[in-house]
Amino acid sequence: MVSVCFYFQVHQPFRMRKYSIFDIGKKNDYFDDEKNIEVLRKVARKCYLPANSLMLELLERNPEFKISYSLSGVFIEQCERWAPEVIESFKRLVATGRVEILSETYYHSLAYLFSKEEFKEQVMMHKRKIKEVFGYEPRIFRNTELIYNNEIANFIESMGFKGIIAEGWDPILGWRSANFVYRPKTTKSIRLLMKNYKLSDDIAFRFSNRGWEEWPLNTEKFCQWVNGYNGNGECINLFMDYETFGEHQWEDTGIFEFMRHLPGELLKHPDNNFKTPSEVIDTYEPKDEIDCHSMISWADIERDLSAWLGNRIQQSSASRLYSLEKDVKKTKDSVLIDAWRKLQTSDHFYYMCTKWFNDGDVHKYFNPYDSPYDSFINFMNVINDVVLRIKSGHGKKSSETASEVKGSEVGKAL
Amino acid sequence: MKVLMFGWEFPPFKSGGLGTACYDLTKGLSRQGIDVTFVMPAAPEGANAQFVKLLGANNFSKNVKVRKISSILAPYQSFTSYAEALKQMKSRAGLKKNPNDIYGTNLYEEVYRYSIAAEEIAEEEQFDVIHVHDWMTYQAGINAKRVSGKPLVAHIHATEFDRTGGNPNQMISHMEYQGLLAADIVIANSNFTKQNVVQHYNIDPGKIEVVHWGIDPENPHYGINQKSPFDDEKVVLFLGRITIQKGPDYFIETADRVLKYLPNTKFVVAGSGDMFERMINRADELGILDRFLFTGFLKGADVHRAFQLADLYVMPSVSEPFGLVALESLKNGTPILISKQSGVSEVVNNALKTDFWDVDEMANKIVNLLKYSELLEELKENSIMEVQKFNLDEPAMKTKAAYERALTIRR
Repeated sequence: MVSVCFYFQVHQPFRMRKYSIFDIGKKNDYFDDEKNIEVLRKVARKCYLPANSLMLELLERNPEFKISYSLSGVFIEQCERWAPEVIESFKRLVATGRVEILSETYYHSLAYLFSKEEFKEQVMMHKRKIKEVFGYEPRIFRNTELIYNNEIANFIESMGFKGIIAEGWDPILGWRSANFVYRPKTTKSIRLLMKNYKLSDDIAFRFSNRGWEEWPLNTEKFCQWVNGYNGNGECINLFMDYETFGEHQWEDTGIFEFMRHLPGELLKHPDNNFKTPSEVIDTYEPKDEIDCHSMISWADIERDLSAWLGNRIQQSSASRLYSLEKDVKKTKDSVLIDAWRKLQTSDHFYYMCTKWFNDGDVHKYFNPYDSPYDSFINFMNVINDVVLRIKSGHGKKSSETASEVKGSEVGKAL
Repeated sequence: MKVLMFGWEFPPFKSGGLGTACYDLTKGLSRQGIDVTFVMPAAPEGANAQFVKLLGANNFSKNVKVRKISSILAPYQSFTSYAEALKQMKSRAGLKKNPNDIYGTNLYEEVYRYSIAAEEIAEEEQFDVIHVHDWMTYQAGINAKRVSGKPLVAHIHATEFDRTGGNPNQMISHMEYQGLLAADIVIANSNFTKQNVVQHYNIDPGKIEVVHWGIDPENPHYGINQKSPFDDEKVVLFLGRITIQKGPDYFIETADRVLKYLPNTKFVVAGSGDMFERMINRADELGILDRFLFTGFLKGADVHRAFQLADLYVMPSVSEPFGLVALESLKNGTPILISKQSGVSEVVNNALKTDFWDVDEMANKIVNLLKYSELLEELKENSIMEVQKFNLDEPAMKTKAAYERALTIRR
């Protein structure tokens, strides 16, 4: 028996507006609403709405079909403000009873790496948001970018979750296969689901790649690969960005048609079925213990943290941001605290990545900045304004003090 | 393959990037097994590049009344500066009132004289391709092509529009146009230049090849390791001709803004040019002159010392067809902030880039870079690594390919 387990990541960051050193102490609208609306509506049109309607169609047509999503809090917030129809379509999916929603940090942040307290608060915020919007309580946790190790698993267990998700990375798995349920080392009862990155990436990354020897990928071929695991695997975890449908892989690549036929084709094999992550861990016993000491993620060939914290500017801007935690919270200024948290979204650090920049490869990735350095500069200017707002005192709006701020003072404050 | 090349400066006698570019190009071409005969207005003594057969154009001009007197054609010359140079030269030689001077009475005539000399050289020399550099040599190239029937490759390093900040001299721009039109292949040193050529002269983009410049990795000066004498003051460098093209005025305005945030910053200006006085006056007017250091025109090892003692090199050029100097800076380990209106910004990723007019943005970037050592270090490390991809072989190979294409077209 092989259970296919789909989890789709849905996320959009609050991108920052161009924020110059001359704006410090003068402007405190850090986020580029215009741009964020534009991106959200574009992706809604190309991906979220058509993909949701396809999924609903599949759920209605195949009673055995099941999927799961993880929706970041900042994504839900943006949809509520600018694309409520997207939320409505997700609600319709959840209402089928065969769609699971996973837990994550509200701000799609790297908080776990810097402050467990802040991390916990963000997970709770997300939990409340999901409850409020979908009337639903998540049981399974997935950390930002599948960042994972033993310690995280242990911490998540202590927060009451039943399962956690990670990359099925070979050096961690060793001789084991990702297609079973595992038990993280140092934990008691929490279960670990690991991504089958080969099959997942066949859809998410390689689907439209004409240089790939398996191109074009059709449903029959993919199902044969899945069937091949029958007898030596129990769950095939297909984890990917939801934007795969229509945004990363454009509609004209045939990605929607591929998905439209997938459930029917997979179910032709009597031993195949679909399960949500919760059902997988309830159904299958863990086969072994997985010991993952160092941090892994699902990003890049390195599968480590280097996409967000690989260089000096990423590390220093992130530590600088988190070093403000106590002072920001002390202000009890909910607007300021929310802004500070939106700066934690992992995308801001991803934009500062220099790994591929030498090859000019950066354009392959969606990045609102011309260079990682520009991204850092913008980020630090905003942080400096946050610092000024903290200094300007409790309850006092920063606009009241703005006119008093001189360049040399900002220079010293930086 | 043999190339007859017409240029107008060659190290160590040079006043700008073109001399270096010609020198590096011939060096690279010779490594590709190409023979180059380099012709320039005067063959200065000591210009000994073994791989180039250097000919002084005036030595061959039998039909023109020129003897062993150097031409005063120099790069970056305008009609006014030519007249000025002519006047100075004449007064030195006591020829003030000699109406039958062998020099052209204006720049145009001098260029014409050079082109006649070129015709004779073309008759005497053996070669397969003619290669000319910028407008002063274009007529020489056209003449050489006419007498030899060989294909003409016109290299464009800067258009008249770049040099004048958009106010071209009609005569020069006409000669530029004639040369580009007559060429079988045009080599532009960037897409930026190619675009200018297409836009201003309506030249068929299909015959324009883009060859970005490289840099000689063997220059011994990179290792001088000059330390800054300014202790804990950060140094921001401007290095180039102080002319409208290079944007010195934007540098001053930027400095003024930076100093409001970081009052201890030092601004070093290395170069000379017709906007020098204006630059000083403006700095004085803003009350920031004491934060400036003017070195005058630098050459040789001093150029490298200037780069090495600086924390950041700023190239705010209004219009920079390529900007080899930016690569020089990186080779010396100094990160760069360059205007987007430059060819070099097309090929260097690890650089700060702004529009030349956006002085606020330049200040924004400079303040952050000087303030955050992690930014400076990250940019520095990555740009030093990146600049290693530049050498003399790639541009030479692309130039060779352009020659081959020109030969095919002529056949």
